Amino acid sequence: MIQRNPILDFISHAILILGVVIVFFPIYVTFIGSTQTAEQILSSNPISLLPGSNIVESYRFALFGGKTEAGATVAPALPMMGISLASALIIAIGKIAISLLSAFAIVYFRFPFKNIVFWMIFVTLMLPVEVRIGPTYEVVSNLGLLNSMTGLTIPLVASATATFLFRQFFMTVPDELVEAARVDGAGPMRFFKDVLLPLSKTSMAALFVIQFIYGWNQYLWPLLVTTDESMYPIVMGIKRLIFGEVYIEWNVVMATAILAMLPPAVVVMLMQKWFVKGLVDTEK
Amino acid sequence: MASIQLKNIVKKYGKGKAELQVIHGVNADIAHGEFIVIVGPSGCGKSTLLRMVAGLEEISGGEIWIGDRVVNQLEPAERDIAMVFQNYALYPHMSVFDNMAYGLKIKKMPIAEIKQRVDKAAGILELGHLLDRKPRQLSGGQRQRVAMGRAIVRQPQVFLFDEPLSNLDAKLRAQTRLEIQKLHRELGITSLFVTHDQVEAMTLAQRMIVMNAGNMEQFGTPEEVYHTPASTFVASFIGSPPMNLMKNAPGGKPGTILGIRPEHLDVGSEGWEVKVETVELLGAERLIYGRVQGEQLIVRVEEGTHSPAPDAIIHVAPRTDRLHTFDAATGKRIAG
Repeated sequence: MIQRNPILDFISHAILILGVVIVFFPIYVTFIGSTQTAEQILSSNPISLLPGSNIVESYRFALFGGKTEAGATVAPALPMMGISLASALIIAIGKIAISLLSAFAIVYFRFPFKNIVFWMIFVTLMLPVEVRIGPTYEVVSNLGLLNSMTGLTIPLVASATATFLFRQFFMTVPDELVEAARVDGAGPMRFFKDVLLPLSKTSMAALFVIQFIYGWNQYLWPLLVTTDESMYPIVMGIKRLIFGEVYIEWNVVMATAILAMLPPAVVVMLMQKWFVKGLVDTEK
Repeated sequence: MASIQLKNIVKKYGKGKAELQVIHGVNADIAHGEFIVIVGPSGCGKSTLLRMVAGLEEISGGEIWIGDRVVNQLEPAERDIAMVFQNYALYPHMSVFDNMAYGLKIKKMPIAEIKQRVDKAAGILELGHLLDRKPRQLSGGQRQRVAMGRAIVRQPQVFLFDEPLSNLDAKLRAQTRLEIQKLHRELGITSLFVTHDQVEAMTLAQRMIVMNAGNMEQFGTPEEVYHTPASTFVASFIGSPPMNLMKNAPGGKPGTILGIRPEHLDVGSEGWEVKVETVELLGAERLIYGRVQGEQLIVRVEEGTHSPAPDAIIHVAPRTDRLHTFDAATGKRIAG
């Protein structure tokens, strides 16, 4: 909007503020809940929107677990966050590495059935994990990978979206650059390492953010392949806090939820600049 | 010593029925240290020919020799060539220094020697103060010089230029043309230079190859090409305005085409009767467009001598020693 008009300014700001409130309010409630005691949350209806004084206790319980005064056992969130972090990193980095290489092969090499290969990769876009979950589980369980980091991450690593994104990017790299590298004596992998990778940095950053959050937020797949508590990711941990126990420590649940939200938020904040660059402009 | 020999070079694309031949047997012997310009209209195969010498296009037939080696099967990097691309093809993420040094680093040359070579090339091209910049921080002319610097540091047997001046503005182009000439004089490296611009070709070339539709029409010095064009194509392509070519000129034999350059026609009291159509002033000279026996004729006169009005009848005498005769069927020059 190029017009400058106080009324329009007011309306647009009002809409933005409304949007922020809608998005932010549940997070605020979660945070406030995590600062109160379980009794406070249960006794006040609706929940008090003023911070309580139990913040240290709530987060200590959430992070390290233990027995509450009411006698409930809380599983510690810290190891679960470790599992989540490790699997999200493996998924994000694995996806980027594999997609870069497969896009490189598809764009720069001549091999038989190249188009068929590309279309096969492309078609897997229509088969997300949820659709192929039965057969994938069968494969992972036959390989004995249940309750392992490998089983938790590898089936999620292949990515048609990222391959496609890198393919599109590589196709915009001018042919003359490839030829200049050939004249300079750079072999294919050298060209990949010295020219393509540095040029793809911003796309890689954008993908990393998206895929890290994708990996962190996985729920259905871990639910199937993990039965051992030591392999539970944090997202499953929250779910477990709510069910199973008679008496729910809501303050701990809220604290765990906040903890689970933090790492993706940190990743987005740290990589925001790169993320936008990668989606908007290509540095050429 | 790096001479280049092209022996019956053929380029075909596609297979079977879709086969398309774009270069039809080019032969050329290029001596060590020569500056050769390949010139022709777009689509004539001149860039393809250069890219075959570079090793970026496969050679469908014939042999290319660089020095005493057949290079048909060699990778570009093994041919001991350096190429300057039309869009310069600088690596956008590398500094000017790294752009120039990249090829040498791959050859695993010692850092000290790389530095010395890059500094020397930067000195020649006046790039010394720009070595830390990225290509996008440079102007078009500077990028062009970096591209040349990248070629120079390799100290190759052969320089290949693929229309390197076409992205520069007219003034910079003229200046860079002089720089390239100077560079060639200093380094004495055999060079192949592709262009569609006949002025560039005439000014740079020691000898030039004129290409048309995948055929080499003529291979000779600029003087030879200008004064004794081998075909009507060369006659009309080289020289501005182009040579007058007339099928039924006064005194022409049937089955031949008579050619005369606009500057070799004298306006006077005798000669061909020309009906003037338009007159253009180009500063130092004037072009008179007219018709003789229905054929278009351009006459070039010095400014201030003649300025006939449209529809006037003037007399134009051709200098008989400057007349060219071509075969009407083949377009080839008839000796004499």
